[in-house]
Amino acid sequence: MSLFNSVLIANRGEIACRVIRTARRMGLRSIAVFSDADRDALHVEMADEAVYIGGSAAAESYLDMDKIFAAAKQTGAEAIHPGYGFLSENAEFCRRCEQEGIIFVGPPVGAIEAMGSKSAAKRIMTEAGVPLLPGYHGQDQDENLLRKAAQDIGYPVLLKASAGGGGKGMRIVWKEDEFSAALAGAKREALKSFGDDHMLVEKYLTGPRHVEVQVFCDSLGNGLHLFERDCSLQRRHQKVIEEAPAPGMTEALREAMGDAAVQAAKAINYQGAGTVEFLLNSDGQFYFMEMNTRLQVEHPVTEMITNQDLVEWQFRVASGLPLPHSQNELRIHGHAFEVRIYAEDTDNQFLPQTGTLNYLSTPEATANVRIDSGVREGDTISVYYDPMIAKLITWDTDRRSALRRMQQALAQFHINGVTTNRRFLEQLAAAPEFVEENFDTGFIDKHLDTLQANAAAARSAERQHHIALAALIALSNQEAQSLDTHLDSPWAKADGWRLNAPATQSLKLNFGEEQLELSCTLSQGGRVIDISHDGASFSINGHCENGVVHAETQGRRFRLPYSSHKGEFCLFATGADVRFSRHQGDFSQQGEQEGELTAPMNGTIVSLLVEAGTPVTKGTPLLIMEAMKMEHSISAPTDGTVGEYYFKPGDLVEGGAELLHFDGAE
Amino acid sequence: MSVLASSINANSAEFQQNADAMREQISALNEVCATIRQGGGEKSNQRHLSRGKMLPRQRIDALLDPGSPFLEISQLAAWKVYKEEVHAAGVIAGIGQVCGVECMIVANDATVKGGSYYPLTVKKHLRAQAIAEQNNLPCIYMVDSGGANLPQQDEVFPDREHFGRIFFNQANMSAKGIPQIAVVMGSCTAGGAYVPAMADETIIVREQGTIFLAGPPLVKAATGEVVSAEELGGADVHCRQSGVADHYAQNDEHAIQLARQAVSKLNRRKPQQLDTKPSLEPRFAPEEVYGIVPADTRKPYDVREIIARIVDDSDFDEFKALFGTTLVCGFARLYGNPVGIVANNGILFSESAAKGAHFIEICAQRKIPLVFLQNITGFMVGKQYEAGGIARHGAKMVMAVACAKVPKFTVVIGGSYGAGNYGMCGRAYDPRFMFMWPNARIAVMGGEQAAGVLATIKREQYERAGEDWPVEEEKAFKQPMLDQFDRQSHPFYASARLWDDGIIDPADTRRVLGLSLSASLNAEIPDSRFGVFRM
Repeated sequence: MSLFNSVLIANRGEIACRVIRTARRMGLRSIAVFSDADRDALHVEMADEAVYIGGSAAAESYLDMDKIFAAAKQTGAEAIHPGYGFLSENAEFCRRCEQEGIIFVGPPVGAIEAMGSKSAAKRIMTEAGVPLLPGYHGQDQDENLLRKAAQDIGYPVLLKASAGGGGKGMRIVWKEDEFSAALAGAKREALKSFGDDHMLVEKYLTGPRHVEVQVFCDSLGNGLHLFERDCSLQRRHQKVIEEAPAPGMTEALREAMGDAAVQAAKAINYQGAGTVEFLLNSDGQFYFMEMNTRLQVEHPVTEMITNQDLVEWQFRVASGLPLPHSQNELRIHGHAFEVRIYAEDTDNQFLPQTGTLNYLSTPEATANVRIDSGVREGDTISVYYDPMIAKLITWDTDRRSALRRMQQALAQFHINGVTTNRRFLEQLAAAPEFVEENFDTGFIDKHLDTLQANAAAARSAERQHHIALAALIALSNQEAQSLDTHLDSPWAKADGWRLNAPATQSLKLNFGEEQLELSCTLSQGGRVIDISHDGASFSINGHCENGVVHAETQGRRFRLPYSSHKGEFCLFATGADVRFSRHQGDFSQQGEQEGELTAPMNGTIVSLLVEAGTPVTKGTPLLIMEAMKMEHSISAPTDGTVGEYYFKPGDLVEGGAELLHFDGAE
Repeated sequence: MSVLASSINANSAEFQQNADAMREQISALNEVCATIRQGGGEKSNQRHLSRGKMLPRQRIDALLDPGSPFLEISQLAAWKVYKEEVHAAGVIAGIGQVCGVECMIVANDATVKGGSYYPLTVKKHLRAQAIAEQNNLPCIYMVDSGGANLPQQDEVFPDREHFGRIFFNQANMSAKGIPQIAVVMGSCTAGGAYVPAMADETIIVREQGTIFLAGPPLVKAATGEVVSAEELGGADVHCRQSGVADHYAQNDEHAIQLARQAVSKLNRRKPQQLDTKPSLEPRFAPEEVYGIVPADTRKPYDVREIIARIVDDSDFDEFKALFGTTLVCGFARLYGNPVGIVANNGILFSESAAKGAHFIEICAQRKIPLVFLQNITGFMVGKQYEAGGIARHGAKMVMAVACAKVPKFTVVIGGSYGAGNYGMCGRAYDPRFMFMWPNARIAVMGGEQAAGVLATIKREQYERAGEDWPVEEEKAFKQPMLDQFDRQSHPFYASARLWDDGIIDPADTRRVLGLSLSASLNAEIPDSRFGVFRM
């Protein structure tokens, strides 16, 4: 057995880049595939070869197996790495690899299929002795039977409408004497909400954490785990911050969970990298949730604490080679965190954002800081794919230090062009309860409002500083355009000089959502600006150089980077990205177009396009007439309704004749 | 390269006294300017703003490129000239950069007497146009004026250099390819209607701007027709029907955007005509000039100390340094542009005048712009000098100055008296720009001398009558003349009447000259042809 020579990465973005890096280090030829949207993407640039596989929509490219296999054939790829997402857990894809004689860097078909169905997975795990969340899912709804089930499970239990959702028809029962009342209440509510009062009984976990175990198996029957990761900081089942090892883990529990995970993998004859996810209750009990049969997004934290390259392991195992290490050779070194930097608006229900990364500056990669990213400055976050911009990973000898490094690295991660969750991640990473290891899977939901309120309070405390810095940046970046070929013309000094008067400029800024009007008086060649705004007066003294503002204002000294793109600025302040631009009135939509509803010249009415009485929006064509062999359309001057047409098709009209009556909506 | 050395002692009592005296005059100037900037005053401004209009200076600020300097001219126009205050003569004018183009901007101030044209308003408007025409600067008229000030119509309407000349200039500048853009932001009545009508491109603000030959009251009087101003000559009429205006603006801000848009499409190019170098700041602080210029105007000082605080790197290559030493001539650079400097350093003698004529001819030949630093009590008088032909030598210098067509810039840094004013490029010699320092004085001669001349004549009358003229009486006789000269030679008096283009803080001299010089370079420097020199 020996390693294959080439690998096609059936993926994109950061994971494709990540896989290519290892392939390159191991001397493997890397082959990328790309869609229309990714023609100039980083993974295409990094790979040794790249093959175009179709349209931007994933279904037309990254999910299209035929195209992937055609690309593999064309380039003679011996193996395919599916990354995560897309086809990575697709049994059909795995099967076709086998048929095509291409090595699938992942588990065998059977393992994917076994874990693909949640109920089947639970059955297999029960049989293998892996602990499952106890519960009663039966048809029989006799109260005594349910009560008995609750007793067997052990209080507290959760009563849940099987048709349920959104918290309706749900009750937590802490002790037995509450059971009857709770059941009646839940049933009543379920019936009202869903027309069905069928109930489930489950163990209620108090403050559970999401702890998952990284497992690895080879084709020779060896299996081991690379310890656990804690991914409890989630929002709507989307992991936000991951860490390894899990805080508060005892050696005994680690061994128990590790054994259970390896047991689970072996039960389905697993090969390659997999993750067994558990819920860990505050009482130390853990319960199997599911197994992910691929390399996880958060695998870098495991790599950081084990000093292993899991992609290298994947390549070896897929080639039929044994695992590079045995369980007792593996040790945990220090502590690692990972955050996922997403293009999303955390203040607006975490809606995904799209746009061009017109500014991207990351902290320096070191032994302590790792950045896994698939984009560069100038790249676009499109609607087609996951809006993740980068994964930021930090490592240090202990949790506190690693977390401090994360806070520092986040503060140095500067992006403009799209709204990101960076600031939110900063707040999370600095949240005292999180720092104190006092968290569970409900952490974000529980603390979201407080975190955002605190952040807003911090921003408003710094507001005047930010305004002053924004004014200095805006005024220092005034474009001194000039016809003059002589660059040193005194006209080119954009310092607002006035004869026998202070150099006062009024500065209108779009500042976040607001519009500010500042009166700024410049002196000392623009280095000192006295600002008055909203009755307050303050000044700033400083300058801008190479995208960094150096300034002192109101007793504070700042040295902060900022980006500037087509008049849009973003100041990367501590705990806030301050976005601003100079305000310019937009009159493009107003004025001269206002409607003449008269015939522009003599001609014939061709057709009436809207029925009288129909509401129309501004610009809707209402009528077409023909004159001088040309068609002319008459459009609605504003939103409103057509009252009456004065002509019908075929009528001759004279220039200037009123064609219709229009009621504009004011 | 020869860098000037400075031998001042900034710690000396004399330096401090001088500086204090100068600062006092500068703060008086700044106070006056601050008052003038208030336009028609708080109430009038508020009324103007409440109509949704911007104040004229706000309009200019918005029109200019962000951060563009604004070289305002004739700030003090009409200062204490009329019995009522007419700040800035009701019109603000100056040069600023719009879309990278140096433009002359003329903005009526409707808060000052409705923006009506007083005699000095006309003079200022014409001066602004003259600057634009000489220096090839596009003109932007921000119109908001009720037209001629009727009580003064005789001083405003009929003469050659009166109201009608504004349109004559517009026509002729347009003919020369100097763009004329009008932004109608208020009334534009009667003759005023020709400002937009004669412009190359016109913008009008709806429900603010009106253009008509006769306003509603006159129409009613003449024909009985009752019509509102907006119906008669508003934006809708002129943009949709009459074609008098080209662009329809929602408000002042929009109108200014449209004006900038128009300038951005002018297809202008600034000629490159000088051998420029990177700009270097002077080696000495400009504010030191305050302490160098003696508080007592009769005290001499070395004008090179001033030059060292104006020119690039304080680098000054002197010409004929050892000859005619009361006139300092030499080459320097201003913001990288070459200039010839002619500066008084005492009374003009025959040699200094001849030297000046020579140097001016050289600069004209080489097309090097000239800067005159004027501080002159006059040419030397007396039998010996008249016999030596000082009038002939002085005439040579006057001839050279008059005929040199290179851009000339005059700064009166001290006295400007008699024929010295001519030789040193006074107003009559068409410098492209002329500025005064607050300490400067301008008159045909000094007050003492004038009173002395008159007193001498009077005494001779007494003596012929064999009478005695008591000293007190002579003193009382001289006093009104001294007072009059004192008042009339003051720069505020001069600037109010547009004998110059403005009074400047001496520390701003470099900047003002640099901006002026750069503006002048929009026009091709013509060849100079001199008349007959009296050799």
